[in-house]
Amino acid sequence: MSNATLNSSAASTARSPAPAELRLSVEQASYSYAATDRPAPLFTLEATSLQARRQELVAIVGPNASGKSTLLRLISGALRPLSGRVQLDGFEVGKLDPRTRARRIAVVQQESPLLFPVRVDEYVLQGRHPYGQALRFETAADLAIAEQSLTQVGAAHLRGRWMHQISGGEKQKVVLARALAQQPMLLLLDEPTLHLDIGAQVELLQQLRSLAQSHGYTIVVVTHELNLAAEFADQVALLHRGKCLRSGTPADVYRRDLLEQVFGASLEVEMRPSGRPHVTPLARREDLRF
Amino acid sequence: MKPLTPKRLAWICGSLSVVLLIVVVISLKVGAVPISVIDLVASLGRVAIGQSDQLPSEYSLIVFDIRLPRILLGILVGAALSVAGTGFQALLRNPLADPYVLGVSSGAALGAILSLIITSRASFAMPLAAFAGALATIAGVYFLGRRGGQIDTHTLLLAGIISASFLSAVIMFLMTTLSGGELRGIAFWLMGDLTSTRTPVGMGWLFTVLLIAIGAIYSTAADLNLLLSGEQEAMHLGVDVPRVKLVVYVSASLLTGLAVSVSGAIGYVGLLVPHVMRLLFGSDHRLLIPATAIGGAIAIVVADTLARTIVSPTELPVGAMTAMAGAPVFIYLLRRRLQ
Repeated sequence: MSNATLNSSAASTARSPAPAELRLSVEQASYSYAATDRPAPLFTLEATSLQARRQELVAIVGPNASGKSTLLRLISGALRPLSGRVQLDGFEVGKLDPRTRARRIAVVQQESPLLFPVRVDEYVLQGRHPYGQALRFETAADLAIAEQSLTQVGAAHLRGRWMHQISGGEKQKVVLARALAQQPMLLLLDEPTLHLDIGAQVELLQQLRSLAQSHGYTIVVVTHELNLAAEFADQVALLHRGKCLRSGTPADVYRRDLLEQVFGASLEVEMRPSGRPHVTPLARREDLRF
Repeated sequence: MKPLTPKRLAWICGSLSVVLLIVVVISLKVGAVPISVIDLVASLGRVAIGQSDQLPSEYSLIVFDIRLPRILLGILVGAALSVAGTGFQALLRNPLADPYVLGVSSGAALGAILSLIITSRASFAMPLAAFAGALATIAGVYFLGRRGGQIDTHTLLLAGIISASFLSAVIMFLMTTLSGGELRGIAFWLMGDLTSTRTPVGMGWLFTVLLIAIGAIYSTAADLNLLLSGEQEAMHLGVDVPRVKLVVYVSASLLTGLAVSVSGAIGYVGLLVPHVMRLLFGSDHRLLIPATAIGGAIAIVVADTLARTIVSPTELPVGAMTAMAGAPVFIYLLRRRLQ
């Protein structure tokens, strides 16, 4: 189990109500995994370091064990912050009941194995669960929404297939379709590009970008892909050892010295004409001498 | 898209009920004293119109006093164990979970025997003690089966199997300390089958409590569908995970405790029936739970009928039959599905 601590350095201060278009606001949220034998705090999130608006795509980047997933779980409401708060549209996410939360926040986790075989359409319909009663049968509207979600991610042709018989890239689309079927305002994705080839990675990010635009979703993505984040994100939060070192536009965050320090590698950061930075890893000279 | 509709649910459950009825009629008919179908239907008809006193006495005795109670008990026990198995499988995300494999049946048997030793007769305390034993065992196995805060499939099965063998050893020890033929007889019955007419609670009570417990599990059916992809995932899809777990663990333990207190630890029904139903009808719990209840009833009635006819005039324990008859069917269906 990873040992990370989210910590706050200052007491939370009373803030005026968020402006209307502000969707997500993480304020000095901290978390600490209590049941670990290593007490060292590993994860600190600075005050007011993450805010996201409607149609915004936020990328959380950082090395392994920097607390990216912990931050995402705090935002999803799966973990309650020890101090500070996480608010969505003015409501504290940890205090929402599971059904209400699932109507507002959809989470695409890293792969979760399926125990029993399930078909693609049944899987996508699961996204309608927070809208139904205990034993309710799916309505025509649920079917239409699920179908539309599959179409949106370009996976309508997979409809009758078994989940365990489709490729990794196809599966990722179906999982995303299920999240869209929840009709959330906030869409959270934990390393969605992990097992995808470069083509599928770009396709997925492009899709998220356009979904945010067309449907007004706020999207938060945890990723290892610095360049994808730079290319597609409106905002990047850089985490290192449980601290949010910097957040802002990719151009603000992608400073060579900062990235080199965080990732412990020689990097070159060039600013491209689009105004978005590009990171290239450099092999050190001494490493090249055999 | 073709989701589950009430019509499909009713159609499948109706068909399974017809199969159950046919199986019950066959089971009433066959045995050491063969009875023709015509006589059987005539007898059942007379009972139905309230003229049971006009029945030939030997039919009345064999059909209504010996075979029918045993069949009804089999139906209740089969439904209870199968639905308990389905519940455990969904919660533990383990297709191999079953009250017997997890040691829950042994825990229930131990509870029942302890209550017998303390009160020295079969009473209401017995199913309650069996329920407590079942609940304590599943709690123990659940905690033993965790590794790093997560339920681990293999650790869990190992914990279940070890608990089962430990509890069986304790039961054996207690049985040797029992004195008196009656207590020993009851103890053997607890290890065993459906032959005893001496159930601790009335059939009506049994039926009511089982129906409530199955209903409680059924009320979480849609949630269980999502729990199959993990607790985190289910929570993100709006499932109140702690509530669902509590309802299903308590109800499944109650079902196991009751089944064991009336019929002993009959194994593998809770494993095989949900598997077969899943292969036939898919893994949507809204259909799976009722289908499994009826399927479990069919399985036990068939197994018990075979158990009392196959080596007639002696009888096999029904538990031996469920293990022998279930495995080949399961392997066949599994292979067909994989192809």
